[in-house]
Amino acid sequence: MRYSALSILKQGLTGNKSWKPVWREPEPKKSYDYIIVGGGGHGLATAHYLAKVFGGKNIAVLEKGWIGSGNIGRNTTIVRSNYVLDGNQPFYEMSIKLWESLEQDLNYNAMMSQRGILNLAHSDGQRDAYARRGNAMLMSGADAELLDRDAIQKMCPFLSFDNERFPIKAGLLQRRAGTARHDAVAWGYARSADTHGVDIIQNCEVTGFQMKNGKCIGVETNRGPIKAKKTAVCVAGSSSRVMEKAGMRLPIESHVLQAFVSEGLKPTIPGVITYGAGHFYVSQSDKGGLVFGGDIDGYNSYAQRGNLPVVEDVCSGGMSIMPMIGRARLLRMWGGVMDMSMDGSPFIDKTGIDGLYFNGGWCYGGFKATPASGYCYAHLLATDTPHANARQMRLDRFMRGNMIDEKGVGAQPNLH
Amino acid sequence: MGPRDANEFVHLGDESLIDRPDGMADDAANKFHDYMYLRDNPAGKYRELWYHDAGDRSWLVVTRDTLTHEIFDVELARDVARARGRSK
Repeated sequence: MRYSALSILKQGLTGNKSWKPVWREPEPKKSYDYIIVGGGGHGLATAHYLAKVFGGKNIAVLEKGWIGSGNIGRNTTIVRSNYVLDGNQPFYEMSIKLWESLEQDLNYNAMMSQRGILNLAHSDGQRDAYARRGNAMLMSGADAELLDRDAIQKMCPFLSFDNERFPIKAGLLQRRAGTARHDAVAWGYARSADTHGVDIIQNCEVTGFQMKNGKCIGVETNRGPIKAKKTAVCVAGSSSRVMEKAGMRLPIESHVLQAFVSEGLKPTIPGVITYGAGHFYVSQSDKGGLVFGGDIDGYNSYAQRGNLPVVEDVCSGGMSIMPMIGRARLLRMWGGVMDMSMDGSPFIDKTGIDGLYFNGGWCYGGFKATPASGYCYAHLLATDTPHANARQMRLDRFMRGNMIDEKGVGAQPNLH
Repeated sequence: MGPRDANEFVHLGDESLIDRPDGMADDAANKFHDYMYLRDNPAGKYRELWYHDAGDRSWLVVTRDTLTHEIFDVELARDVARARGRSK
């Protein structure tokens, strides 16, 4: 059923009795052409684009828990394309363009809100770096504006402009960036994929891969074996655990990233703001809560919860740039498990095993990438060639010396 | 995680980083790739290197559970390396 104002009116007048479940609950078939392992944002987006754009048929998404139960439901919902490197920026700009038409494409309200992202600079060197970043963004077709102090003061009078140690010198603004309702993104993709015939199978954990003559021919699950011509793993956070079953070691460590929401406040923060001298980023949800986060905890973890030193670090970063939030009470905090890769950039690639594909390593930037990741992964699955915007996101790039190291800190996952 | 403030410590990574490969070996490029970039990344017991930066500046091998954050054991990395026959 397509959603429209008319359908809502009709349902409202008839007691909302004939709404149908948004997706089916099918039993797994014996075999599929494509199995996508992982019913998160990226897996569901992959299924959607594979079925809708690339004409894939006979597709299943296998999810260990319920769909959207991982990082798609645990992030700070920021969408942006303000990268520098060739291997990244065109991909993220493609993602923004897909975000801009996502709701029409899915016929689903994902509450995409292009409220802008403002990266603050606190030294002359940082301003120069942001000017360069802005130029890289413009060259990829993205928008970017370098703001001076007065323009920022007009936009965000509440910031700590005269901070003795980290005065605000400039800011890089991307107006087309913003936020989206993270759960709705998963639900919208799931609904669309289901409409295009994709079987979304929840509570179905992949426990191993079926191999024959060095080729992957399907998966073992807690609901029995399922054959597949192509198996596409898309389980960021658990990538190492799943790919280990195929005998692979990955250039990935799992780390925990915490996120926070304050009590609801009156509208005060216009878009997304990031602090350039500490690691702190914040936006305000439509319900009024301040949604914010900072650094990963810095040690390997699969616990989905962090520890207090980083809570203190994030909150002191917030107080340093935005002293007005000091009286706001924290409502909730939680942690998500990140695939931290060795250069801070992701992978969308074939593996060394025929029939087995891999998507992961999204570090803490996976949400914004959801549409482009799904599109490029579907492209790879359908055509066996990488999409032009994801061609550097290869698993063997470390061996070849072609790292995509935005931050320039080398093989130190907890610093990216 | 223990009686000391976690902020005193810096996390480096997998304990296997102690075992630097032989740079003169024929397959040194492959060995260094695996050493530098690939990780077991287990869910459960994990042996890893920490540096007591704001303390006695010792390098430590900590055995920790990545699912619960429980710490089982702490050794001096020096002792671990020597027990494997590294420099005298």
